[in-house]
Amino acid sequence: MTAPLLQVEDLQVAFGAKTVVGGVGFSIARGEKLALVGESGSGKTVTALALLRLLHDARISGRALFHDGGQTRDLLALPERALRGLRGDDIAMIFQEPMTALNPLMTVGEQIAEVLRLKRALAGSQAWDNAIELLAKTGIPEARRRADAYPHQLSGGQRQRAMIAMALACEPKLLLADEPTTALDVSLRGQILDLLGDLQRENGMAVLMITHDLNLVRRFADRVAVMQRGRLVEQGATAEIFAAPRHAYTQKLMASKPERDLVDTPPTPGATPALGARGLRVAYPTPLPGLRGWFRKGQFVALQGADFSLPPGRTLGVIGESGSGKSTLAQAALGLLPRPLVTGEVSVAGRHWQLRPTADKPLRRVAQVVFQDPFSSLSPRMTVEEIVGEGLLVHAPELPASERATRVRQALADVGLEETRFPGLLARYPHEFSGGQRQRIALARALIVGPELLVLDEPTSALDVTIQKQVLALLQRLQKERGLAYLLITHDVDVVRAMAHDVIVLKDGAVVEGGSASQVLGAPRHPYTQKLLAAA
Amino acid sequence: MPGERPAPGATLAAPHGSAADVPAPSPTPARRAWRRFRRQRLGFWSLILFSVLVLLSLAVELISNDKPLLVRYQGQFYVPVLTSYPEKTFGGDFDTETDYLDPFIRAQLTQPGNWAIYPLNPYGAKTINYFAEAPNPSAPSRQNWLGTDDRGRDLLAQLIYGFRVSVLFALALTTVGVVLGVAAGAVQGYFGGKTDLAFQRFIEIWGAMPELYLLIIFSAILSPSIGLLLVLLSLFGWMGLSDYVRAEFLRNRQLDYVKGARAMGVPTRRIIWRHILPNSMTPVVTFLPFRMSAAVLALTSLDFLGLGVPPGTPSLGELLSQGKNNIDAWWISLSTFGVLVLTLLLLTFMGDALRDALDPRRADT
Repeated sequence: MTAPLLQVEDLQVAFGAKTVVGGVGFSIARGEKLALVGESGSGKTVTALALLRLLHDARISGRALFHDGGQTRDLLALPERALRGLRGDDIAMIFQEPMTALNPLMTVGEQIAEVLRLKRALAGSQAWDNAIELLAKTGIPEARRRADAYPHQLSGGQRQRAMIAMALACEPKLLLADEPTTALDVSLRGQILDLLGDLQRENGMAVLMITHDLNLVRRFADRVAVMQRGRLVEQGATAEIFAAPRHAYTQKLMASKPERDLVDTPPTPGATPALGARGLRVAYPTPLPGLRGWFRKGQFVALQGADFSLPPGRTLGVIGESGSGKSTLAQAALGLLPRPLVTGEVSVAGRHWQLRPTADKPLRRVAQVVFQDPFSSLSPRMTVEEIVGEGLLVHAPELPASERATRVRQALADVGLEETRFPGLLARYPHEFSGGQRQRIALARALIVGPELLVLDEPTSALDVTIQKQVLALLQRLQKERGLAYLLITHDVDVVRAMAHDVIVLKDGAVVEGGSASQVLGAPRHPYTQKLLAAA
Repeated sequence: MPGERPAPGATLAAPHGSAADVPAPSPTPARRAWRRFRRQRLGFWSLILFSVLVLLSLAVELISNDKPLLVRYQGQFYVPVLTSYPEKTFGGDFDTETDYLDPFIRAQLTQPGNWAIYPLNPYGAKTINYFAEAPNPSAPSRQNWLGTDDRGRDLLAQLIYGFRVSVLFALALTTVGVVLGVAAGAVQGYFGGKTDLAFQRFIEIWGAMPELYLLIIFSAILSPSIGLLLVLLSLFGWMGLSDYVRAEFLRNRQLDYVKGARAMGVPTRRIIWRHILPNSMTPVVTFLPFRMSAAVLALTSLDFLGLGVPPGTPSLGELLSQGKNNIDAWWISLSTFGVLVLTLLLLTFMGDALRDALDPRRADT
């Protein structure tokens, strides 16, 4: 092992009276790729930000020795001026969300050139040429033209490449990468990761990669450090840790891949499908440019030619990347889109949406939904009882309040939230619960009216892997017990693998492939499906 | 994780924590906001002081009045505050209502066996002190603690009554403005599309109307009254707020909990009322004190210009204009100015504290 580049000893970070990171120590050698792994709230990002002292109102103690050019500097003790010299120059950082990390009012070329002017003291035109060179190096096509683009004009992957180009502008010795691929589509993640790997080898820089994605770690890192609740519980070479995790938490993380546990009987032929679609097409009006736009509206086709049938008690997985029309499909299935947008047929339990409140009321009971983000799917100003009990107010208004409360309790118990564990459960507000618990509440809210079809719109993608496994197991159990049909929308191939009986693949609003899960996931025919599966 | 952010104020960290470390149910969002508000000392005490002042001004008849609270005259009790008695009752010559400031009546009431309890400041808003010792406007004296205005009315009484009129007017105007603004904003924001477009154009036209000239014209055509003023100012006062409510509704209506409620078949009225409205009230509540102070100022300025309340109504604006006309009578302008500054300052402090208390980015502690 070569000499360490960065040695962190006994790092402690506290906000107010709350210690978020305690006693963390690790080291990174020159040109080494270290992955810092943990779930949300484990303190990984705080650790990285603390190294550059980019945290507000935090008390940081410990040492972070940066060995470079024959001298050793303690990042945590350096005066602010000296540290500013190091930031961006010797140590650079890239963030999870490139859209918010780039200045929306400057072209990406200008932003990179600015770094070069500041840090390398290059003249204007020289900085600009270098910026284009850097962009080209990160694999952006037509770098000269793209340098004139504003961040919003680039795709997500290109933005992340531009940010990497900016971080690498000064050839840093150490790159801190905070979830650099999390905001990207699956097929892009691999590319960005390969790019980082190539540039890392080329420049001989060290990378501290912060991530929750174990696939990524396995592919990228030389060594892994696992964090749990602000402490480093285990570290070692990637291969060793993956082969034989010692700490219980690491073992739990490694075992968090969702398991398939389904009743896989073939559907009764001739049974009314829980959800069916024939020639379903959804188009949104969009303004046309120029004078034409005054008189006519253009059309953006979000979904077209979708044909499928979901029998009761089974799961139809819908995979696709962002913008492929998955969520539009969910809204169409739930009858939430106004009529002019939708053509073709959607039927729920054999009946069609009338798009009139009174006429649709019986169907609203049959089809229910659970959304992705448990933070926005529960009204923050309603109690758990009000949230879960709302469906009863609509579909069984004759129930007395006491009976309603009993049913709410039962529905919550069904999803694993018991009043014995949370005293006063019904009177609590959503902000008191963690993401996984909120997702359970959202599930109880949907189940209380006794639906036959659940539309699950990325139900676990905002959850930590270990929580995801629990929620998926709960969904599998409920399906077995109640014969629910699931329309499962996700970008996560692992989730589909564990949950779906049948799968359709969406790309740019069109169904490119469909069939049984084993067939589509085992022997994909369409090149896009193959690409998706290879990236996962 | 995507969306890696701690739940604001999340207290249950572990999904399956043991029973021991589970805290008691926490208070409602409104209670949490109230707690944060209470921690803002300046704003909290401003609220207390303002409430006390408003309550006192509501009972101003007991504090500053030209009629005694209770009179004992020749073995009988009289309550002049509530009932009007002719002068003859107390041995005077006329059938008109008694002027209790008249030295003759005063003398009658101080005879042995008779007594009267006067309010702290023995003048009403319209009482003219015909028995003042100095010409009007007279400087602060033992009789008139803050002096009199140019018609001989007690300044302190005018200020207290004027404060009450201002505050009640501001409350009414704010209430009407908030109701109209929230309703308009909610309709625009929830339905969006063509409704929103039509409403927005209407607001642009409506907002372009010259409010002040309309006020001048209307007060020339119709006889000026507080009710008219309230209607006219309300017609224009709701627009600023409706924009904020509209923006909140536009944002909230596409959140998943609203979609979920629609998928549940919850009626539109209920979605607006139960789901979106409570989550869209932050700008409304934050602006309340500032709207009140704007209303106080509006009334004062209109009165100052002579376009406001009918003549004879106690009003801070009218006092300011008197102060301008009698620039050497410093007590008029100075004390009126003081009352105005205090009122506006208290409201602003409350507004600042409220804004901080409702700021979602602020932690509980």
